[in-house]
Amino acid sequence: MRTLKFLLKKEFLQIFRDKLILRMIFALPVIQLIILPYAATYEIKNITLSVVDHDHSEYSRKLINNLTASGYFLLVDYSKTYAYALDQVEKDKADLIVEIPEGFERDLIREDETKVLIAANAISGQTAGLAVAYANSIIKDFNNDVRSQWIQQPRLNAIPVIDITSSNWFNVQMDYKYFIVPGILALLVTLVGFLMSSLNIVKEKEVGTIEQLNVSPIKKYQFILSKLIPFWVLGLFVLTIGFLISFIVYGICPAGSFWVGYLFAGIYLIALLGFGLLTSIYADTQQQAMFISYFFMLIFILLGGLFAPIENMPGWAQYLTYVNPVRYLIEAMRMIVLKGSGFWDLRYHFLIITVFAIVFNGLAIWKYKKTI
Amino acid sequence: MKQLITFIKKEFHHILRDRRSMLVLIGLPIVQLLIFGFAITTEVRNANIAILDNSKDEVTQNIITKIESSQYFNIDRTISINDQIEKAFKSGKIKLAIVFQQNFQNELSHSNKAQLQIIADATDPNQATTLTNYLSSIVRDYQNELNQQNKLPYTINTEMRMLYNPQLKGAYTSVPGVMGMILLLISAMMTSIAIVREKELGTMEILLVSPMQPWLVIISKVIPYFIISLINVATILILSVFVLGLPIEGSLFLLIASTIIYIFCALSLGILISTVTETQQAAMLISLLGLMLPVVMLSGYAFPIANMPTILQVLSNFVPAKWYIIIVKNIMIKGIGLEQIWKELLILLAMTATFLMISIKRFKIRL
Repeated sequence: MRTLKFLLKKEFLQIFRDKLILRMIFALPVIQLIILPYAATYEIKNITLSVVDHDHSEYSRKLINNLTASGYFLLVDYSKTYAYALDQVEKDKADLIVEIPEGFERDLIREDETKVLIAANAISGQTAGLAVAYANSIIKDFNNDVRSQWIQQPRLNAIPVIDITSSNWFNVQMDYKYFIVPGILALLVTLVGFLMSSLNIVKEKEVGTIEQLNVSPIKKYQFILSKLIPFWVLGLFVLTIGFLISFIVYGICPAGSFWVGYLFAGIYLIALLGFGLLTSIYADTQQQAMFISYFFMLIFILLGGLFAPIENMPGWAQYLTYVNPVRYLIEAMRMIVLKGSGFWDLRYHFLIITVFAIVFNGLAIWKYKKTI
Repeated sequence: MKQLITFIKKEFHHILRDRRSMLVLIGLPIVQLLIFGFAITTEVRNANIAILDNSKDEVTQNIITKIESSQYFNIDRTISINDQIEKAFKSGKIKLAIVFQQNFQNELSHSNKAQLQIIADATDPNQATTLTNYLSSIVRDYQNELNQQNKLPYTINTEMRMLYNPQLKGAYTSVPGVMGMILLLISAMMTSIAIVREKELGTMEILLVSPMQPWLVIISKVIPYFIISLINVATILILSVFVLGLPIEGSLFLLIASTIIYIFCALSLGILISTVTETQQAAMLISLLGLMLPVVMLSGYAFPIANMPTILQVLSNFVPAKWYIIIVKNIMIKGIGLEQIWKELLILLAMTATFLMISIKRFKIRL
């Protein structure tokens, strides 16, 4: 116990001595939490729109007006021809084209049918999909207005209509920030914990101080514990800053209990740090450790469901995410913060992450050799 | 010249000796592209939903069959009473629930109006919107089938056209993004770490007292990473054309030429970082904070810049990857020539010059 105390003292001294890295550890959560939720938004607004109006009728003007008044679209210009509008898209001046044909109003009223063309710059498929969906629903609404104007009486239900009402739970305002902030909390804890721990032992190796540790009377588990505990404390500290910022800046307060959140993050950190230490034990140089941790970090984060939902992935990728610890933390954070899920809801997450913690740390203790 | 070649050889030995790092250097772009190309999609597939059928009649059964036969939804049949819904949402078992009112068919045929409620888990707002839209359109299709004989009057039909990327493949955004990111990672981060490593281990002094000019020492450090970057560009392009089915509409020569300019820009950034840091860890953290995060967040690769607050839009102009990604998209996907991208190229060149100037000013021959 006394040995461990001394070792811990040494580790903390080393961490606190490096002012640059210490500052980074504080700056990272603050910058990320303040910038990312604003940058990482798929909320669609200000889609640049070019309108090709061949009709110039009252209805076509009204439709354009409805589009621009919706707040989703920013009218950049009226194009004379579709070709000109296409050119605007090519120059990135416009993202969406709405072409209203000649005789739009006349056909709609006399022939009961007319057609509007919507073309979107689909290089980013998701943005295009949402933009077209919004434009479509605005046109549908406009269509309904026209219809109710021309059809006099409550003939609306002359034919069977299924009335669909929809409600959104857990995030009633549909605010993307509520979704992204808990995920970023998870990302932060992961980044700080993993990068720091994966570089730690290897640095001692590269600089040569590991030999002194090896010849001193320390048990293997004591060594691993002394490397683990400082980063564990640091990780939970970063999480605390994260919670504070998300409350102060975004007013997000976990719907569930803090303790469940901390308990989960605590076990998760043990698992993650174990993996970091394992990387550090395997690597020969800091550079190599960085490469390897970047590699894993990238895959963990991409397949962690932070930005792209895991359910949408193909089967093999979903199976891969089962062995991805980051996935469980992101899920757990979202469930605790947004849905107020409790310990019992998260029992499987707890179980799995505990298994990770035991396996990684067991391996780290086993693989750490006191000889070079 | 002979000296320079010897130095470059030395650097290659350093890199090639470290098998694991080599593997990551070459493998990372491949893995990343494959994940982006095949694993990450925003397309909805097999979302778990629950259906509370309070009516259990022919119409509701038909609608349920329709929903089931679409590949979007996966019906969880274990949930059959109201109380279970909230629990299922909380434990993350379902993403969406549908509630049919009682006497659905009766209401529909007698009062011409029946109610169906959709409850979505909006923790992920976009996913919720997409799922609700898909489901509504399935129900609406069914309704249209019922009403086939009575066509609605005054109908505006919409024709949709997806330009450049009709199948809405994710690779169209991810390939330019991955190129912007990987090249920066290898060129800037790796060079800076490689140079700082010599400082940290003390071997930089030996290099500086050698009869080589200091700037040649730096050049010899940079060239191997330049070559590795080119190899990566080749693998990325080959993979994206032959595996992901991406076109190269414009000129390949122009694409490669602008890529080389971007690599120069990234390399000079790496040199700059190496002049301001003393330890590898510091160099790595600066690269991470100063390069990777901005590239992911502000380059327009993951998130559309137009939606961001103004201050972030202004900041995004200082991210080299933003301009490079625009260039790649324009050449590869839109097939535009030099006349549309010369501005972006000039910006990259100006950035390179600035980075180099600052590094030359800060470069110390004595340690």
